[in-house]
Amino acid sequence: MLKFPIYLDNHATTPLDPRVLEAMMPYFLESFGNAASRNHAFGWVAEEAVEKARKQVAELIGATAKEIVFTSGATESNNLAIKGVAEMYSQKGNHIITAATEHKAVLDTCKRLEKRGCRVTYLPVQADGLIDLDMLKEAITDKTVLVSIMYGNNEIGTLQDIPAIAGICRERGVLLHTDATQAVGKIPVNVLADNIDLMSLSGHKMYGPKGVGALYVRRKNPRVQLTAQMDGGGHERGMRSGTLNVPGIVGLGKAAELANQLMAGESAQHRALRDRLKDKLMAELDEVYINGTMERRLPHNLNISFAYVEGESLLMGINDIAVSSGSACTSATLEPSYVLKALGAGDDLAHSSIRFGIGRFTTEEEIDYTAAKVIDVVKKLRELSPLYEMVKEGIDLTKVEWPAH
Amino acid sequence: MAYSDKVLDHYNHPRNVGSLDKQDPQVGTGLVGAPECGDVMKLQIKVNPATGIIEDAKFKTFGCGSAIASSSLATEMLKGRTVDEALAIKNTEIVNELSLPPVKIHCSVLAEDAIKAAISDYKTKNGVAAETAQTA
Repeated sequence: MLKFPIYLDNHATTPLDPRVLEAMMPYFLESFGNAASRNHAFGWVAEEAVEKARKQVAELIGATAKEIVFTSGATESNNLAIKGVAEMYSQKGNHIITAATEHKAVLDTCKRLEKRGCRVTYLPVQADGLIDLDMLKEAITDKTVLVSIMYGNNEIGTLQDIPAIAGICRERGVLLHTDATQAVGKIPVNVLADNIDLMSLSGHKMYGPKGVGALYVRRKNPRVQLTAQMDGGGHERGMRSGTLNVPGIVGLGKAAELANQLMAGESAQHRALRDRLKDKLMAELDEVYINGTMERRLPHNLNISFAYVEGESLLMGINDIAVSSGSACTSATLEPSYVLKALGAGDDLAHSSIRFGIGRFTTEEEIDYTAAKVIDVVKKLRELSPLYEMVKEGIDLTKVEWPAH
Repeated sequence: MAYSDKVLDHYNHPRNVGSLDKQDPQVGTGLVGAPECGDVMKLQIKVNPATGIIEDAKFKTFGCGSAIASSSLATEMLKGRTVDEALAIKNTEIVNELSLPPVKIHCSVLAEDAIKAAISDYKTKNGVAAETAQTA
């Protein structure tokens, strides 16, 4: 039995896994202690729960427990990593390298650092969504202190070649931070094997609670140091002050443990559902374009443009399915997605894009319903589309002189 | 964002979708907007040359739900009006009728532009045609 609305926006957030909620519950009521209370049982119980979660998170990413700093989420982790490194290593240099398709939590952090005297290089991406490694090599100078490149993109799901990027950074003695919010728990991410120095992750993108995340900070080869961005009681080895969100951290730990157990089966299942959706859409509809490479991509992501159909109008027609669009009309800024623009495909395709994010609880029945519904609405909207009509008449839309608007 | 019932009604049951023969001298065609801006409206009117009354109007729109609704409503407003009455239609009438929020006002502006463009096309065609007729 289908339940509506169908949730296919798992890049925005994932539902809490009931097993995670169950693990968290005791830490709201009976075990409410402050993990920093060293002199009574309430504190000890809380601290023990936090340390267990730290191990669970560490195990998921191949780190040691001491390398995990709990935060309020990936936005804070990105801020702490980038600002913390920029400040700590300011004697060494003031140059940061990132990419045009990063999350705003990285881009806007870099913009703020520019105002504080840092120089930032924003690498473009190629049509497949990946950075050019040669451009990265050329961009590194003796003033470069940090490279921040995301693991898996939140819109188009493309996976940057982090091990190769890390190799380049190692060779040049530059730290590598990666925002792995979308990748951790979905695909194997190992900070040791991948040579990552700092890595951001979030609870609510992997069936854990909102309001909790972590930053991995390497302690050996090299030992990474950070300047704290939050002053206070010196929690989290002095890197992040603030009373620990014990239930949230317990939930993040449980979510990490579950992801570790389920990942292999789940990613195969997600890929199969994603490909089923893609194949159905592409079999029934012409002029459908996939944004970003399919070769290196998160298994649960599909980002697709239905040419000549505007994204928001498509969302309106499939309002019993929760997805998101890169269309300007769905954004607060009235600008189409900067990630899709960075691919260079043209703004018109950005306006026509839909992001599908498959999750732990997505069923084949839901995918089949979604495919049928999208196909139906796209066909209807194309009947309504002057652009589709013009193209069918043989008009080249790029040659039309559109009036200024 | 929540859509008004009227926007939803026009989106789900768009009025007067289709195309008229561009070559027909009685037909005026307006094409406004641009694909990279996310909305393009094609609006056509068919005018009775004897009475100057718009007897038919058709549209096709690439754009958000509010853009579709604005152009759908525009075709309804046009039918039965004279060309000069049609020129007096203001985007604010569309905004009020559809209860468009501020971020969607540009959809109504585009619809007004489409009306004006269609009428201008009709006038250009027939202005030239009338003069040719006089000189012949």
